[in-house]
Amino acid sequence: MDIVVPIKFVPDLVEEMEIGESGKALDRTFMRLIPSEQDDHALEQALLLKERHGGTVTVVTLDAGDVDETLFTAVANGADRAVKVRGEGFDKGINNHAASAVLQEALKDIPFDLILTGTQAVDDLDGSVGPLLAARLGLPYVGYITGIALEDGKVVARKEYPGGMVAEMEVALPAVLGIQAAEKPPRYVVTSLVLEAMKTATIEEREAGGADCSGAAGVTRVYLPQAAERARMLEGDANQVADALVALLKEHRLLS
Amino acid sequence: MTTVATTVSTNGGLAFYNKVLEAVPQGERLRLCLQCGACSGICPNGFAMNYPPRSIIAALRADDFAPVLESDAIWLCVACFACSNVCPAQIPLTTGVLAALKNEMLLRGKAPAELQTALANSRRYGNTLGQSPRKRAEWAKDLTLPVPIMAEHKEPVEVLWYVGDYASYHPRVQKVSRAMVRVFQAMGVKFGILGPEENSDGDAQCLVGEVGLFEMLALKNARAFDKYEFKEVVTTDPHAYNTMKNEYPGLGVSFPIKHYTQFLAERLDQLWPLLRRDQKYRVAYHDPCCIGRANHNDIYDEPRRVLSAIPGIELVEMPHNRENSICCGGGGGGMWLDGFSWERTRTRTSEWRVAEALSVGAQVLAVACTYETPRFDDAVKSTGHEGDLIVRDIAELLAEALGSG
Repeated sequence: MDIVVPIKFVPDLVEEMEIGESGKALDRTFMRLIPSEQDDHALEQALLLKERHGGTVTVVTLDAGDVDETLFTAVANGADRAVKVRGEGFDKGINNHAASAVLQEALKDIPFDLILTGTQAVDDLDGSVGPLLAARLGLPYVGYITGIALEDGKVVARKEYPGGMVAEMEVALPAVLGIQAAEKPPRYVVTSLVLEAMKTATIEEREAGGADCSGAAGVTRVYLPQAAERARMLEGDANQVADALVALLKEHRLLS
Repeated sequence: MTTVATTVSTNGGLAFYNKVLEAVPQGERLRLCLQCGACSGICPNGFAMNYPPRSIIAALRADDFAPVLESDAIWLCVACFACSNVCPAQIPLTTGVLAALKNEMLLRGKAPAELQTALANSRRYGNTLGQSPRKRAEWAKDLTLPVPIMAEHKEPVEVLWYVGDYASYHPRVQKVSRAMVRVFQAMGVKFGILGPEENSDGDAQCLVGEVGLFEMLALKNARAFDKYEFKEVVTTDPHAYNTMKNEYPGLGVSFPIKHYTQFLAERLDQLWPLLRRDQKYRVAYHDPCCIGRANHNDIYDEPRRVLSAIPGIELVEMPHNRENSICCGGGGGGMWLDGFSWERTRTRTSEWRVAEALSVGAQVLAVACTYETPRFDDAVKSTGHEGDLIVRDIAELLAEALGSG
């Protein structure tokens, strides 16, 4: 089975986020970009499927800058092909409508049975990439997947619902699946193998030209959350605090 | 060299044997193993391992290595060097056999997830905690006298202080760093730190067999050190001391390095008059593995001499001291394997140490390693001895004794 994993680069929240001069976007001057966590899980799930059933794994990413190490790491981990799509404005981040159009174009000559990508990413403002891409390709999409089993010409995907419900869904191939979590945590590949991949593997570079970002909602203002109401601190010793807390919970009908 | 028959062929055994030879200069000594079992007996977690060091070598000889690669016992190893230190054949177990086995397990994707996270963090951020490298010097931000950061300082210093991951980011250990600043400043030491240019020392990465990552981190530190003029590197981190002194030279990187207790012991005449506040404590000192028996670093007397300079302190010894000290459990990746170890051993070596300190009537457990204040603080709490024993780094005890009292 041939699997494509689109990887999206998102701001690393380990660093402080700052709002740019325009007031409509984050300041990207010192921003560190990292692969979206759920895309890491999508890659892991793809590698697990490859281990079980053979086939190939291709990672595709838009060139947001400093993406090579991630692509080489994916190859060191077992991916067969790494594709980087360049385009104007990609380093400033493009919205998911535009990204899905770029990916659709890039996938024209990459054969696949399955596309696995993260269900969501921290910077999704206009829906997530998975369903947008599925719509463009006219393929079925199921999100919030935590496990995949391959059967004849279809997959059985384990989908999580809120409240602890899990469904098993049959999905005909080809399809796009949004991964919530892989069956195992993403694997760590030792540095020597990443360095080896840097020497021996080739990143296939594509040119996409520009991106049409008009399909999504526009951002008018970015600002920090504002505290609407101060938290109330309960004063007193442990017993007094406990009494006050019980009274408060009763007042809000959380205790009877 | 006398040869003892060592059969190595299939089951990954031969590849492993070659890996050990490649990893350490004295690797071949493993052929001299007498199977005496001293290594497995002294290992603090040996009781919970189906393959302690002796059995690993036995399996290699028996050409039955596959079960060793199936076992996850190696991840109970805290790289405390106890086995290497007692081995009568002087086999480099910790840096050779055990690190090579960990490397093999990493290559096979068989490392516990928590450890993988620490490794991924150090590759991405240069520290195991996954914190912003830009915030590495934030612990020093609000001090009365500023801590010079070399990139801004532009002047040669006497001491380039390698602070380390935990001392930079962990809230408990940051207090130790701030205490160290007070001591340096009181003594008038001209010092500076690398701040954001500093990377993880690589000791844990090296001892868990992630050699490529170790080299990457060591070379980043070397490039930063190269940019500045200093007389010597002084570190508050025994792991940094051990790896910079013994492993960096293998990469062509060497510079004079001292543990801070060595640096202070050399300047006791200068330190003595500054310590004027009486500290009426009975203190037991815990020898960190990495400045003690590891690679025969043998820094045992200096920390005791420095502690004895504090007026009022009564120094007592725990049953296990100096080269027989018991590891706090944090070395060789142990810092990130607490859950894994607890599931298999149902005990913590840090708790044994707390019991030992109390058994000799200590009121303070003095430490000199950046892993130890949080580990022993936790052990004091988990054994229900909060209030009975205080955990302090030597730097903190010195800072508290500064000034007139």
